[in-house]
Amino acid sequence: MHDANASRASKTLVPRTASAVLVNPVGLHARPSVKLTQCAKNFAAKIEIALAPDGPWTDAKSPVKVMRVKAPQGAMLYFRVAGSDGDAALAAVLALVHDGFGEA
Amino acid sequence: MTEIHLIGRAASPGLAIGPVTVLTVAAVESRRTTGDPAQETASLKAAIEGAAAELAELIEAEQGEAADILEFQVAMLEDDALAEGAFDAIAAGAAADHAWRAVLNGEIAGYRSAEDEYFRARVADLVDIRDRVLVHLNGAAKSAAITGGSIVAGDDISPSAFLAADWRGGGAIVLSAGSSSSHVAMLARARGTPMVVGLGPLSWQDRPPALALVDGDAGTVIFDPEPETRRLFEHRMSAVNAARAVADAGRVKPAFTAGGRRIAVLLNIAAPEDLAGLDPAICDGIGLVRTEFLFGASQGLPDEEAQYSVYRRILDWAEGRPVTMRTLDAGGDKPIPGLTIDGESNPFLGLRGIRLSLSRPEVFRLQLRALARAAVHGTLKVMLPMVAIPSELDRARELLDDEVVALRAKGMDGSRPPLGIMVEVPAAALRAEDFEAGFYSIGSNDLTQYTMAAARDIGAVADLNDTGNPAVLALIARTVEAGRARGVEVSLCGDAAADVRLTNALLATGLTTLSVSPIAVARLKATIATVNP
Repeated sequence: MHDANASRASKTLVPRTASAVLVNPVGLHARPSVKLTQCAKNFAAKIEIALAPDGPWTDAKSPVKVMRVKAPQGAMLYFRVAGSDGDAALAAVLALVHDGFGEA
Repeated sequence: MTEIHLIGRAASPGLAIGPVTVLTVAAVESRRTTGDPAQETASLKAAIEGAAAELAELIEAEQGEAADILEFQVAMLEDDALAEGAFDAIAAGAAADHAWRAVLNGEIAGYRSAEDEYFRARVADLVDIRDRVLVHLNGAAKSAAITGGSIVAGDDISPSAFLAADWRGGGAIVLSAGSSSSHVAMLARARGTPMVVGLGPLSWQDRPPALALVDGDAGTVIFDPEPETRRLFEHRMSAVNAARAVADAGRVKPAFTAGGRRIAVLLNIAAPEDLAGLDPAICDGIGLVRTEFLFGASQGLPDEEAQYSVYRRILDWAEGRPVTMRTLDAGGDKPIPGLTIDGESNPFLGLRGIRLSLSRPEVFRLQLRALARAAVHGTLKVMLPMVAIPSELDRARELLDDEVVALRAKGMDGSRPPLGIMVEVPAAALRAEDFEAGFYSIGSNDLTQYTMAAARDIGAVADLNDTGNPAVLALIARTVEAGRARGVEVSLCGDAAADVRLTNALLATGLTTLSVSPIAVARLKATIATVNP
């Protein structure tokens, strides 16, 4: 599968993916979206989110676009990153989701 | 002039009376376009930057929730993606204000059609953003200022309009549309401003009403009340105010009904931090410790030591008062990564609560062991969530007994706390006497939702989600009767315990123990004192 190939080739510029369940009470809405985009902007890597493993992909650095995804609580959120600091970026955004954006 | 009664949905509790201010849609007058795309682009850019700067200034004066809400608006404004379409339209010859309005209206329509109420509730934020930029573009035409103490009526109200008004002198918000999930509703609850939403079209015959009575507990509004209606309402308000003063004073005293019946008032807590700064004397113990908080963080499932130390801290706080801890209640609306099942078609009817714990005995045993170790430090009781049939309790009891034996075999301290069940599945309420439970604790939220087949977070059926419904009260009474027959304690720990409109009905079922969040203790005790017998 695409995911497995991607994670094996983590040293190349092939995008890496991961997923996590949205555990905070109200899904990816106003405050969580702001926190996610603020976190994503700390990295040079391209970071995208989606509600399905094959997209459509949305720029995780744009609060307007992230809000348009309207990801509800309990949804599985998929991440795709590409760039030199992609590993750190992926870890940071996943930690944020796991922590329920500090409001779980 | 006859009084007008409207029924909506309660969004923020409390009673208010005051003159009515009708929010009118601010008709921003059209502006003269320059006809030059470069200048129009510059104007819109400047307006967006001006609006963001204005918001940043407002944030300075706010804290917590209000600041977060404004920061969200700033983040949206600073994102080029928001105005992208408007700049394209301007390049094609549109005027800046028309282009901005069209693009934002499209964005707003997307939120309005969202399935999720939380996203629909963001419409007010987007309208707020749209209008703030329009005011910067076109100048003037700000909506009328809200005078302190007035009842603000309208279709919806923006967070900016709410924050611009002074609510310290009273007042309330009544909306034809709106949502109890909106940012304004959150702010209103935090500031103690009553708010009612979903009243339906507010249409007046010739002129708007002069006065309104707002009941933010019941979700009702009366416009232009008759003198007698007003008198009764004012009487109620002063009684509520007096009761609040008495309640605050009576918080540390034990609760008795007017007839002298002693009612135990316990606390519901979600984490030990909820107890910070609280005097244990305000309660007769802790009726519900939700242990999910231990499992929510990113570090994975908590180990035995981490659990033990948290349980012990809570028992230490209680100074010997009974503390009921609920074993992990994951699933349903509380997914836990790596533990709960993703993608169940109906998680509320799926593998949750005790069902999940019994399917993952290694996780469950760890929690039972930590609880048994903590039990030696106070009066601990352990409660199992979502039990439907007696064999679930029996299997959990075997696991607990095993763990206690294992602890002692290792020479460690541990004792076997009483094991009870949470009564929240109608099947358990109907046959409560069949369970060899050490106690029963009624979880009224789920019991109501399963009995009425209505979720409370779905606005369209929220009216059906009523713990005061005779069917739900009958199941509560039946559980109380089973407890009496078996000689074990019965308590109620759902949100209904804190709903003082239900206190009379709940105590009439024979309940003598209610468990509520710390903030609700004073009001509940004061209400209990008015109940007969």
